[in-house]
Amino acid sequence: MFRALSQIVSVTRFSLASLPQRLGSSASAMLGIAGVVAVMVGVLSIAQGIMSTMTGSAKPANVMVLRSGADTEMTSGLGGDEARIITEAPGLARNGDEVLASRELFVIINSPLKSTGTDANVPLRGVDRTAAQVRQDFEIVEGRMFEDGIAEVIVGVGASLEFSGMNLGDSVEIGSERWPVVGIFSTGGGVSESEVWSDARVVQDAFRRGNSYQSIHATLTSPDSFVAFKDALTSDPRLNVSVVTEAEYYAGQSQLLYNLITGLGTLIALIMGLGAIFGALNTMYTAVSSRTREIATLRALGFNSGPVIFSVLAESLLLALAGGLIGAGLAWLAFDGFRAATLNFASFSAITFAFDVNLPLLIAGIFFALVIGFFGGLFPAIRAARTPVAHALREL
Amino acid sequence: MKYLTLIFANLRRKKLRTALTVLSIIVAFLLFGYLSAIKTGFTAGVEVAGADRLITRNKVSLINLVPLAHKRDIEAIEGVDLVTHQSWFGGIYQQPTNFFPQFVVEPEPFLDLYPEYVLTEAQKENWLSNRTGVIIGESLVNRFGWKEGDRIPLLSPIWGNVDGTQDWAFDVSAVYEAAEEGVDTSQMFIRYDYFDEATGNIGAVGWYTLRIEDPDQAAEVAADIDRAFANSPDETKTEPEGAFLQGFANQVGNIGFIIGAIVSAVFFTILLVAGNTMAYTVSERTNELAVLKAIGFTDTGVLSLVLGESLVITALGGGLGLLLAWLMVSAGDPTNGALPIFYIPPQDLILGIVLIFALAFVVGIMPARSAMRLQVSDALRR
Repeated sequence: MFRALSQIVSVTRFSLASLPQRLGSSASAMLGIAGVVAVMVGVLSIAQGIMSTMTGSAKPANVMVLRSGADTEMTSGLGGDEARIITEAPGLARNGDEVLASRELFVIINSPLKSTGTDANVPLRGVDRTAAQVRQDFEIVEGRMFEDGIAEVIVGVGASLEFSGMNLGDSVEIGSERWPVVGIFSTGGGVSESEVWSDARVVQDAFRRGNSYQSIHATLTSPDSFVAFKDALTSDPRLNVSVVTEAEYYAGQSQLLYNLITGLGTLIALIMGLGAIFGALNTMYTAVSSRTREIATLRALGFNSGPVIFSVLAESLLLALAGGLIGAGLAWLAFDGFRAATLNFASFSAITFAFDVNLPLLIAGIFFALVIGFFGGLFPAIRAARTPVAHALREL
Repeated sequence: MKYLTLIFANLRRKKLRTALTVLSIIVAFLLFGYLSAIKTGFTAGVEVAGADRLITRNKVSLINLVPLAHKRDIEAIEGVDLVTHQSWFGGIYQQPTNFFPQFVVEPEPFLDLYPEYVLTEAQKENWLSNRTGVIIGESLVNRFGWKEGDRIPLLSPIWGNVDGTQDWAFDVSAVYEAAEEGVDTSQMFIRYDYFDEATGNIGAVGWYTLRIEDPDQAAEVAADIDRAFANSPDETKTEPEGAFLQGFANQVGNIGFIIGAIVSAVFFTILLVAGNTMAYTVSERTNELAVLKAIGFTDTGVLSLVLGESLVITALGGGLGLLLAWLMVSAGDPTNGALPIFYIPPQDLILGIVLIFALAFVVGIMPARSAMRLQVSDALRR
């Protein structure tokens, strides 16, 4: 046992010591693997960013009420009376006299993307002032809250970054009107930051919605009262509504985009990985063939084939590990926190998000690099171990 | 000819190394082709947009309807040849993941304006004679197994039927042919007369599509239309169809840039791998190259020998890679419906072929030059 170990250690040290002599070919295999890992981590971080934006900020006790059969807020509709009945339902949290429920409208307005200058479907949400308490960590970071009944808006930090004309003091074009931006708000990440908010009644007027709403966002006294709240509403003969938790709703909305990007990203990474394996195989076969005599000498001296195989594999894995670390590091430096906007197909509106290079993704990238290194080293290692000693010594 | 014999003899010497290099180049070009199809899918339709077609929509947003009364005013504007309208139906077939687009159209002007959807005379008559008739594309046939005569139930979260429910049903009148590659065959077109009656004559439509007499006048005509509705309760925004679709693709994200970045990363790494192999191959053969020179090969002869070897490897790998990409893309969209337009545009195939030659040159030039500069006396002594 000890003998095998010491053989492994000495052969591996020996092969690693000669690594600088094969610098060019080793570096090319390493950088190849780094490229694969960087692309894989980079693409998947887009999906991660969208997912964490859509689901990260939902308060566990938050619920949404939509018209029964509506799959999104966009297609939902609730009359003024229905909205009132819902906000009077049992189980809703209170802050003093105020019920933590906000009657909301969800429409889109055209506003150009900063990056391309072409129109984006920016979500405009008409809300009750209580929305600020219903949303997690709502905070005005610049300016002030909108006034009730006045045509003015507050803009989420994400929207302010990605769409043009959305800074404090600008005004947002809504049809033939211009509504001034009086504040910038944050909700500690999350999908609300991609939105523009105004008073629900002002939005009702501007979009000719009468006294109707599209959804109710509310906070329950505790997540446990969800079932009771849902039963109370769905069994009320005056209502025809469906009740979902905010977390469930937004997870559902991001699923399509998440699956699309993750699926395509994985497919691309697998094909690139195959290419990197060919590159690594080339490098390792070259390494083995340039050391044929050396390996044969070791074998002649009484070293087993196990340590020889191990030393070649170790070299390949080490190169892959270095490549993986470089690639993951590059992806982290280049992409983490990179801000972008995309279209959420489910709600037909823009969402802004930041690429999210998180630890599990980095670990997955490095693991993928090691898999490439393993396959790239395995076959050359076996060849090295199998070459007949007498034959190999005569070579070169 | 003698060069070719020599090149192939050299390639055969280390068969495994040659094979691995070719394989890694195959992978690079496979990705190039596949990614170009993905890019085309995301920028859906921009390439086949008609230059003489404009889209007029509500200025506030695409979800705001435009009054039906706008039609006459638009028709009156100079330079406008044909006006029709479309609406988004947004129906769900069985479950939301079965998403495919449905549009409400006026059949005759629609077919006139969009010659890329081809129906035979009999199919057209069939559609015009059935108010609940719809036409669908080939990829819906493949996806759901629908055929002419089938009745398709759809649930619309947006449009209530006249009976007070959200349930609708349509008959497949015909399956349209795509006149060219790049035409979306995952769409369904519903008749407006039936839709209008069933929704209770709401007097508004999704957006107008119109043909203009002179594509060069597009900007002026668009400005005239928008001016006609300025300061009305329903202002419009008019732009060429291509610009509209490009704007929509931009919303999804800067796909072109992302794909470009990935392709560059792929080619950079392949360049390293293949370039390194070529350099190694040449340095390993210093002796032989010197012998070739000694027996009378010229400097340029040796240069082209090495460059030729590089070209054979990249052409083999690149050609097979593009072929493989074409086969994979022909097998269909990997996302099950999210990218209905999925093909490699011809200009990208040409770019791929240019890239083959570029890669061959970049990979081969350094080792080829060092081979050319080889001093026979020095090299033979090594």
